Amino acid sequence: MSTQYETVIGLEVHVELHTNSKIFCGCSTAFGAPPNTHTCPICLGHPGVLPVLNRQAVEYAMKASMALNCTVADVSKFDRKNYFYPDSPKAYQISQYDQPVGEHGWIDIEVNGQTKRIGITRVHLEEDAGKLTHVDGGYASLVDFNRVGTPLIEIVSEPDIRTPEEAKAYLEKIRAIMLYCDVSDVKMEEGSMRCDANISIRPYGQEKFGTRAELKNMNTFRGVQRGLEYEQWRQAEVLNSGGEVVQETRRWDEAQGKTLSMRGKEQAHDYRYFPDPDLVRMNIDAEWKERIRASIPELPDARKARYVAEYDLPSYDAEVLTSSMKMANFFEESLNYTKDAKAVSNWIMGDLLGYLNANNLEFGDIKLTAQGLGEMIGLLESNTINSKIAKTVFKAMLESGKLPKQIVEEQGLVQISDEGAVKEIVVQIVEANPQSVADYKAGKEKAIGFLVGQVMKASKGKANPALANKLLVEVLSQL
Amino acid sequence: MSITTNDVEHVANLARLALTDEEKETFTVQLNAILKYAEKLNELNTDGVEPTSHVLPLANVMRADEVRPSVSNETALRNAPDDEDGQIKVPAVLE
Amino acid sequence: MALFDLRLQDIHNRLNNKELSVSELTEASYKRISETEPAVKAFITLNEEGARAQAAELDKQLQAGGERGLLFGLPAGIKDNIVTEGITTTCASQFLRNYDPIYDATVTKKLKAAQSVAIGKLNMDEFAMGGSNENSSFHTTRNPWNTEHVPGGSSGGSAASVAAGQVYFSLGSDTGGSIRQPASYCGIVGLKPTYGLVSRFGLVAFASSLDQIGPLTKNVEDSAYVLQAIAGYDNMDSTSANVDIPDYTSALTGDVKGLRIGVPKEYIGAGVDPKVKEAVLGALKVYESLGATWEEVSMPHTEYAVATYYLLASSEASSNLARFDGVRYGVRADNPDNLIDLYRKSRSQGFGSEVKRRIMLGTYALSSGYYDAYYKKAQQVRTLIKRDFDQAFEKYDVLIGPTAPTTAFRIGEQVGDPLTMYLNDILTIPVSLAGVPAVSIPCGLADGLPVGLQIIGKAFDESTVLRTAHAFEQHTDFYKARPQL
Repeated sequence: MSTQYETVIGLEVHVELHTNSKIFCGCSTAFGAPPNTHTCPICLGHPGVLPVLNRQAVEYAMKASMALNCTVADVSKFDRKNYFYPDSPKAYQISQYDQPVGEHGWIDIEVNGQTKRIGITRVHLEEDAGKLTHVDGGYASLVDFNRVGTPLIEIVSEPDIRTPEEAKAYLEKIRAIMLYCDVSDVKMEEGSMRCDANISIRPYGQEKFGTRAELKNMNTFRGVQRGLEYEQWRQAEVLNSGGEVVQETRRWDEAQGKTLSMRGKEQAHDYRYFPDPDLVRMNIDAEWKERIRASIPELPDARKARYVAEYDLPSYDAEVLTSSMKMANFFEESLNYTKDAKAVSNWIMGDLLGYLNANNLEFGDIKLTAQGLGEMIGLLESNTINSKIAKTVFKAMLESGKLPKQIVEEQGLVQISDEGAVKEIVVQIVEANPQSVADYKAGKEKAIGFLVGQVMKASKGKANPALANKLLVEVLSQL
Repeated sequence: MSITTNDVEHVANLARLALTDEEKETFTVQLNAILKYAEKLNELNTDGVEPTSHVLPLANVMRADEVRPSVSNETALRNAPDDEDGQIKVPAVLE
Repeated sequence: MALFDLRLQDIHNRLNNKELSVSELTEASYKRISETEPAVKAFITLNEEGARAQAAELDKQLQAGGERGLLFGLPAGIKDNIVTEGITTTCASQFLRNYDPIYDATVTKKLKAAQSVAIGKLNMDEFAMGGSNENSSFHTTRNPWNTEHVPGGSSGGSAASVAAGQVYFSLGSDTGGSIRQPASYCGIVGLKPTYGLVSRFGLVAFASSLDQIGPLTKNVEDSAYVLQAIAGYDNMDSTSANVDIPDYTSALTGDVKGLRIGVPKEYIGAGVDPKVKEAVLGALKVYESLGATWEEVSMPHTEYAVATYYLLASSEASSNLARFDGVRYGVRADNPDNLIDLYRKSRSQGFGSEVKRRIMLGTYALSSGYYDAYYKKAQQVRTLIKRDFDQAFEKYDVLIGPTAPTTAFRIGEQVGDPLTMYLNDILTIPVSLAGVPAVSIPCGLADGLPVGLQIIGKAFDESTVLRTAHAFEQHTDFYKARPQL
């Protein structure tokens, strides 16, 4: 990326709301059913059918809007967006044009230690389309209408995003907020969260936006970042070679690692929006809004601030812990069993996240309990176990879900802090390692580390290492 | 405002209608006549008049989020002009 | 007296007394159809097998005894834009000529629950667009009073079938006059209920904000009975009104003393055939003699109604008919070059010229840059038209005028001149835009063709509309006139 250009990005994020039934009919929204088995005359767009709005979808949209700091409309309505496409059975999508559920919101993102506010233009409610599969060597498509009518919200950002990293951070924050609100599964790989981007570049200092490209088909967080990185590079290349960026839709091709023009393959759009005469308006009064607002849990930013203030955690720790509500909840629950927040944070951010990432698991997929982690840290504090034993216990907890005391008892892992018992081993080790003893006596203080290690080994890791060290020094000084 | 044959072609494309040259001509004449007649409405000052989308003052008509039975795959495809593997088949979207 | 000229209550009693069977009624219907259909051509699809099986089943129930609803066993015709599972539903369009519905409209379910017998599906203008039945893509239904003339439309089959005595009653749909105008042309009773009174679920949409299903019958009492069976809130229709449904027949007192009638002067002015006007004025005299009062009232926005209607209805239709794309059902053109070609060919082959014309008009009116000038403007004028009615109903209980400016015109007379054709609806369209109920009842003949009297009421005041209509019937014999076929 040439440094002479500034990138301007706006994102349109679609999030599927996890209602039980579709937005305008009673068909199930469950993912993964055989094709065209979750359909009915209504979502198939048969002649004569009418839509009836799912209240839960509206409430999820309100909740998401509020969590994104949007103003929720007093009056909202549905409009028809008219276009022909085989995955759209009515040849119009029921969407919202000029009176969306939410408007004028924002979220804060953190990139390189800097907090930045990204504006949210609007949050509107609409129905999802079906799914096309290409067959016959690309000459035909098969249509599965199961997904048609799944409620979606579209979250449109202001063009406030300046780098692909910010775009990724924005998406991750949106995802976290949706999870906190419990309105969606937000799984990019299952399509329950999808992202299109508008991206342009302009010389630094220029106020006017450059010509933008609309980028589609970025199906992973990484895909979004890579697609945008490629596109900002491509646009700079075009400008630097004296060309002009064309306003067009481009598709991110993950395999080729580039964006490809869809120019000429899309007709000029004229969606002919008009109010859907089959649906009536929504009057959203203060009482309804208040009820929804009350159902929103403490959101990531608030929790993060609280962790810093209440537990004295570093901002970085608080950011990581609150990036997922399940993780934050796990953290807080652990603190019922130990007061050492930093220790809990270290274990979660270190061993636990390492384990989850290595095994592609999530909080909720594991047997380890918050009580287990908290109690294990308690055992460390009370010197019942040492950190070496703790690693063993932690691993056992991940595998079995048992509490640490039980693991310690079953495996006889209690730390040996009895002076007599440790001294017995120390004496044996000193006798068996004359060379190291001589080295120590000759002033090589490092040799004592080796001897401690030998004591730990002989005690099968159970000796209190600090005690072993202290007794070794004593024994050696008496020689 | 008057409509040209080009407008008619543009609108036919939006509406996904293939018109013969004769139809294009006829529609150009007829739509012009109808729209000219519709210009009558401009005699009325409608500043500040609320548009009527619904004659009934209905609001907040919603249903509970309950799953109801879907139809079988066979029923869903009963009228399909072409299908394969339980799905509707169409010529590929131009790509 | 022909079997279907009996009063509904009489047929009901005969059935209950086992003097008549449902099978006999059904056979009488098909016999009359076989005699008159070559001249009238009211049907698109006959449901003979299904109807006979249903009749046999109902006769068994009849033998078993017990209480029956009033529509029990009555032969009914259903306009072919009302979805009937198991009976092809075409909307008189080539596009849907083989459409085999996968569900029932709410009114279809209600007729089934009332145990009336579905005789068949009735002809109409394609997708309910038209006022003469000449826009049916199958054939043109004839007016039973004079088969050289149109039956009106779009529910032309529904009106002609009842007038010809083929069915006891029928259902039609009215968007801008499509029940009332054919009822007027065919000399029967056609009621357009208040928008929202009868569920639209399963009525193939033409203009969603205007469409309404209603009964076509030979007399007002029957109209009340059928309305009773089909009216009511439906949670499958978001625009359905959740109102209490009164007992409509109990309103039929014959008493209109003190009734205040407004006669919109715009409805009897220039353009209205003098013979039609004469018949209407005659009817007003009857009301006067019954103790009602009438005076002229101005509905100043009447002249804007037709333009308003065609913009709104066509815009909604352009979107409603987009689903007929050849993908999931209906006609798909052979050997398309690609997907867009499939859409264009299927739709162009499937739709007739009036449907294309309205789709074109509506698409244009909604297209970028024109929405405010046409669609929004028309919605605003709709508000003004509705206000005319609100104001008139502050002073009057009902409004009365002709249903149509003329009697039924000759087949072919207005083809090729859409605007003139549209102006036939000038007296029914304002009522549709206001969403209020209206009935057309016979009030005389002009040159051997029936004249219809339109009685318009306040929203959800079908009772007063029916009471007014019924009182007229009680004191005149126009409704007893039958065409010679």
